[in-house]
Amino acid sequence: MAGKMEPLMQSPMTPWPYRIQKVIRESHDTFSLNVVPKNSPDSMTFNPGQFNMLYAFGVGEVPISISGPQPGGKGMIHTIRDVGIVTGALHKLKKDQTIGLRGPFGSAWPIEESKGYDIVIMAGGIGLAPLRPALYALLDQRDKFGEIVLLYGVRKPEDLLFTKEFETWRGKYGVQVKMTVDTADREWRGNVGVVNTLVQRANFDPMNTVAMICGPEVMMRFAVSELKRREVPEDQIFITMERNMKCAVGFCGHCQFGPAFICKDGPIFRYDKVKQFFGIREI
Amino acid sequence: MKSLESILANHPFFKGLEPEYLALITGCASNVKFEAGQFIYRQDEEANSFYIIREGKVALEVCPPGKKPITVQTVSDGEILGWAWLIPPYHWQFDAQAVELTRAIVLDGRCLRTKCGEDHTLGYELLSRLLPVVGQTMEATRLQLLDIYGNND
Amino acid sequence: MNKSVTIDREGLNQLISVLNGMGFQVVGPTVRDEAIVYEKLESIKDLPEGFTDEQDGGVYRLKKRKDKSLFGYAVGPHSWKKFLHPPERRLWQADGEGGDFEIKPEKLDATKFAFIGVRSCEMHAIAIQDKVFINDKFVDPVYQVRRENAFFVAVNCGQAGGTCFCVSMNTGPKVEAGFDLALTEILDNDRHYFVVEVGSEQGEACMEQVTHKLAQNEEVTLAEKVVKETAGQMGRTLDTTHIKELLYENLEHPRWDDIAERCLSCANCTMVCPTCFCSTVEDVTDITGTHAERWQKWDSCFTMDFTYLHGGEVRASTKSRYRQWLTHKLASWQDQFGSSGCVGCGRCITWCPPAIDFTEEIPKIRDSETQTLKTS
Repeated sequence: MAGKMEPLMQSPMTPWPYRIQKVIRESHDTFSLNVVPKNSPDSMTFNPGQFNMLYAFGVGEVPISISGPQPGGKGMIHTIRDVGIVTGALHKLKKDQTIGLRGPFGSAWPIEESKGYDIVIMAGGIGLAPLRPALYALLDQRDKFGEIVLLYGVRKPEDLLFTKEFETWRGKYGVQVKMTVDTADREWRGNVGVVNTLVQRANFDPMNTVAMICGPEVMMRFAVSELKRREVPEDQIFITMERNMKCAVGFCGHCQFGPAFICKDGPIFRYDKVKQFFGIREI
Repeated sequence: MKSLESILANHPFFKGLEPEYLALITGCASNVKFEAGQFIYRQDEEANSFYIIREGKVALEVCPPGKKPITVQTVSDGEILGWAWLIPPYHWQFDAQAVELTRAIVLDGRCLRTKCGEDHTLGYELLSRLLPVVGQTMEATRLQLLDIYGNND
Repeated sequence: MNKSVTIDREGLNQLISVLNGMGFQVVGPTVRDEAIVYEKLESIKDLPEGFTDEQDGGVYRLKKRKDKSLFGYAVGPHSWKKFLHPPERRLWQADGEGGDFEIKPEKLDATKFAFIGVRSCEMHAIAIQDKVFINDKFVDPVYQVRRENAFFVAVNCGQAGGTCFCVSMNTGPKVEAGFDLALTEILDNDRHYFVVEVGSEQGEACMEQVTHKLAQNEEVTLAEKVVKETAGQMGRTLDTTHIKELLYENLEHPRWDDIAERCLSCANCTMVCPTCFCSTVEDVTDITGTHAERWQKWDSCFTMDFTYLHGGEVRASTKSRYRQWLTHKLASWQDQFGSSGCVGCGRCITWCPPAIDFTEEIPKIRDSETQTLKTS
């Protein structure tokens, strides 16, 4: 016997066809695909921090966070690092070719909730991609926020992404953009060291700051402890979690992290809500 | 022009230090300026200076034979440079080169060591400020070692 | 209809044909490979007449009974999830060439199943999977349509199995909700009949086509007695007091290492569990590369690549996998879906080759906590 149920819909496991309207080379191993739905001219809406499942024909599917466009822009941009079979296949695609897409999925950065606060954005490596739409949203209402700080760390200078935009962020919007690399040669005139060393160099009011962090889990652990050292409250720190993901809709069970499903409860979590499990080995 | 003592008093490293100790330390201090590209010290040279960076940026470098110099860390405004003056045999472990115009206050290492030896409370004050910096640097170094952004991070 | 009715063996047989006639694929318990499994039923002849089962940690054995009961056993290795959440299914196909392709969604397989002999723990297990596939943020249409179409002939257990603990989990042995018809099998001297409780309009319509009598008071009383006796025979018990907190606070307990020494990471527990729902997907292509398919298959948190991330496993050790499974089942499930993920059916104990029994393991963790409290 069955109770009352909602009417049937298309399976959330079936991708929709999207057309690649632009391929952008971001760095030696990273590229962006801007895609639009094939069957309708409308751009889909998404919240900063959400991700899509991208399907390369005959190869497979991967979760990729949405990295743009700016508010009012067309399509959805996905910034992808070519590290595996599927991302490699996506890298080979050209303008006007087709990909499968499911989404947008997942939680978003707390933009509205952070009005009136200073914002510290910390990104490690490709972690800047899901934070870029957050920056766009913050800068779209620049006067609603206090200091905006971007602390960005990568392995080597050639891994830096979106650097062309940094000048606009600095100059037009007064964002404190600070970058650092793990190692560099003489050509590099910037900072060398891990990203959390930048925290003490940034100007913000810790008690009145919302921090948004995305990067490798180990980097985030140290970033959180650095922010806590400066007395940013735990419930004002937001982190992103990553786990194996197959379905993105809470069916497959792969992405569980303690009681959370990364796909539908995350990927963005308020730190104090997951800290019980954060850093536990093999959780 | 600001006095050396007030510059030191306002530097994050010496924040909150008792005025009497500040005066003692100022006795070992002098102003220095390094142009971009200028070496501040070289590996294995005798280490007798403790640099309090006011503004600018300094790269700590290693240069393996046959390779370009590798920068392992940079220090900048509000930070400090060098603690080899405190630990025997008082030799620098890296090359330090100014990346940009850098202004600093240099404290004479021998002078500091003597004063710390005479007044252990001053020594304790200095060490309890220096140790967190050393600890953070070690933590940062460990993270760099992990190469967390690598392909298989 | 509140009143119970009775049917005899022939009535049950009629019920199967009535359901067949209504377009249901009737499935239920039958004996295959020395176990009771759930498969297609043609008539009551397919039911495991006169069989019972002996169950214990790592032990499952069919035995003959002295009577001709049709439901005189506990649950076997199968559960109804294999019909509602199929072990393997194609999700969609795609055809294309030269950078362009089209996706063909899979036609909805809306098979109408009639489940015969669903136990109370299993009704609860289905309600638990409903929360995963229908009542959460996203809906699995295949599960939804099959669930919506299904007809439930539940059975109140007349005897508990050696690894049963539904009483501890508050999931049985009496079927309380969600059924179309609920049977209690009665073997009273020479009389063999079923007291039938009707739970839905469809159940009532169905019973109209089956020869039945109004149940006498003593028959209803006898049925109640049967279930009550079953409740007193539980092979296992589990104290679930603050079990979520207990497990969350003991993620690094040495007992996990002890269990890991015995656990084979074989995934049996997850395959037989009626609530475990994890799946994976596989992409396949034909040799020309112009046709691709995506398949969904049951997966288990005990498998090698379940947590694969950036070239490694997040849960590489057996210890972490077992901990994940049990902590999910008993603790995080509560946070995720508002109830325990365990219904006390005992399958994971019975089908565990090294006989790991969490109703023994949980007290070990609990006792050490109590001792710590005493000594501190």
